[in-house]
Amino acid sequence: MTTTTATPTGSTWGRIRSYAPTSRYLPVLTTLALLIGMFGVGGIRYDGFADPQVVLNLFVDNAFLIMLAVGMTFVILTGGIDLSVGSVVALSTVIAAWTLEHGWPPVAAALAVLVVGTLLGTVTGLVIHYFDIQPFIATLAGMFLARGLCFLISVESIPIHDKTFFDIAANQITLPGGYTITPTVIVAVVAVAIAAWVLARTRFGRTVYAIGGNEASAMLMGLPVARTKVAVYAISGFCASVGGLLFSLYMLSGYSLHAVGMELDAIAAVVIGGTLLTGGRGYVVGSMLGVLVLGTIQTFISFDGTLSSWWTKIAIGSLLLVFVVIQRVMTRRQP
Amino acid sequence: MRKVLSHPLAWPAIALLVLLVVNVIAQPEFFHLRMQDGHLYGSLIDILRNGAPVLLVALGMTLVIATRGIDLSVGAIAAIAGAVACVRIAGSADESATSTAIAACALALAVCVVLGLWNGFLVAVLGIQPIIATLVLMTAGRGLAMLITDGQITTVHNSFFDKISAGYVLTIPLAIIVALAVLGLTAVLTRRTALGMLVEAVGINPEASRLAGVRSRTIIWTVYVFSAFCAGVAGLMIASNTNAADANNAGLWIELDAILAVVIGGTSLAGGRFSLTGTLLGAMFIATLAVTIPNIGIPSETNYLFKAVVVILVCLLQSPKARAALRIRRRVTPTPVSAPEKAAA
Repeated sequence: MTTTTATPTGSTWGRIRSYAPTSRYLPVLTTLALLIGMFGVGGIRYDGFADPQVVLNLFVDNAFLIMLAVGMTFVILTGGIDLSVGSVVALSTVIAAWTLEHGWPPVAAALAVLVVGTLLGTVTGLVIHYFDIQPFIATLAGMFLARGLCFLISVESIPIHDKTFFDIAANQITLPGGYTITPTVIVAVVAVAIAAWVLARTRFGRTVYAIGGNEASAMLMGLPVARTKVAVYAISGFCASVGGLLFSLYMLSGYSLHAVGMELDAIAAVVIGGTLLTGGRGYVVGSMLGVLVLGTIQTFISFDGTLSSWWTKIAIGSLLLVFVVIQRVMTRRQP
Repeated sequence: MRKVLSHPLAWPAIALLVLLVVNVIAQPEFFHLRMQDGHLYGSLIDILRNGAPVLLVALGMTLVIATRGIDLSVGAIAAIAGAVACVRIAGSADESATSTAIAACALALAVCVVLGLWNGFLVAVLGIQPIIATLVLMTAGRGLAMLITDGQITTVHNSFFDKISAGYVLTIPLAIIVALAVLGLTAVLTRRTALGMLVEAVGINPEASRLAGVRSRTIIWTVYVFSAFCAGVAGLMIASNTNAADANNAGLWIELDAILAVVIGGTSLAGGRFSLTGTLLGAMFIATLAVTIPNIGIPSETNYLFKAVVVILVCLLQSPKARAALRIRRRVTPTPVSAPEKAAA
């Protein structure tokens, strides 16, 4: 906000020379630059890498992860963490598959999934706020609980044969220029847009940032801390269950061992997207870019063909490291 | 009675006892130990042996958590330890020699110490949050382990390496002895010297303890190295158990079990206090739970459900707010409470 203080001359040239994007946006811009850079390198090295369809496929293949990252961003902005999202995705696929197998109409099945996910998130939030239990442990319990419930419903994988689900999964939306996306992409992008609007433009969103900045101050300012903190976990649960629905469309099955470790991918995406893990700073759009960066790494490896799959993990870990160190340096400079 | 219940270790001990009683009811011969070929056999021994890796990892985790940190990378480090040892043994000229196994294990542990130094560097020197600093190695670590094993499950045939998990010393499985020895050593080092107090001081307030002359940076660094070392030993045990290095599944989620064990044992995640005995109880509780569930005829996959319930119960019992809520409710009921007791409460 105080970027213009360094321009005593006031001349246009001086302003241009000393122009720097608002430091709040810097992490997101870094991620964007990284993404563009990766595509540049990929485009030079491999044929067809820079094709717009490849970019769209990133969305298609990672729509569920974008949903998780959106919910996770809310939680991390308040300074919390949600480890349960991967398990909630698995639970959602199992509930969807199980209810459809028992002849529920698709809408009812989807509603059941959303209600269960949101409820689980709400309960976690209540436990975290009212019993003062660390988010890490409370959501760890939620993670075990959701996985356990999966196994309780079915140990084996349940295929989804429902016609509506099939139709949505097979449906392709053609964009001008002959490029195609799936309906799941629209859900994810709309979710990102809504979340970005809520965080930037609503009272609730400002409260989320305020709690992440300093919970005690937020409380003293008279902000509804309790309500917001619980709501944040409910949102994360809701996003995870929507992600679970998208995932069941992607896999067309419900299985207890789906999405193992996906919560880590979501956290990594949020961090790479420039959100501060201590809370109070970050943007949903950054999280989406983080997911796309993770997706691009995978695309890189599949385009290359000679790299083994474990390089994905190493690359994600290294990126995480780089971003965390950058964040650390930046926050140290401006306490 | 009230005094006993207010002891921090009372609840974990009661929980463990309840589990054991449930087991005995379900299976009367549960406590039965028998001697065979000079080796001790029985359910209790199995629990101890299967719980040894979790106990080891949890020991390191206890000290890390006492400094208000957390180490998520232990599972990956365990996988790397197994991978390094197995690849080294499989690639050596004399695969079955004892010296090969010893050299390979030493190399694996050295690698783990280096990884611990790395974690400690990120946390203590760069000042990165422990969760995220160790998350880096948690994600990249399994990739590294696969890089080492080339994505294969490396199997080895070495009688010494096999003995780490299957060997017996004085009728007791070697794994149990190793775990208990590390426990004893840690207890002596932390409770008979000032080290434990310093670790707790750093956990309560790193800055204040630094100003008081405690080398908080060195201490934080040390606990991460120790945690990685313990994870390495656990990884060797796991690899030895199957005589193979499985980079994907070795030590999978052991970090969560270890954190669970620490929390059940009454060590607060907020740091500043730790109980090694509590961690022992917690690790044994988890190992017993894994046996109990199939024992009473519930499919073992629902293990997670019970773990969740245990985590929630333990946390609520430890949470001051939940306790206060309980107390208020109790005060509303017309139980005669004498004045001094009320003041104590």
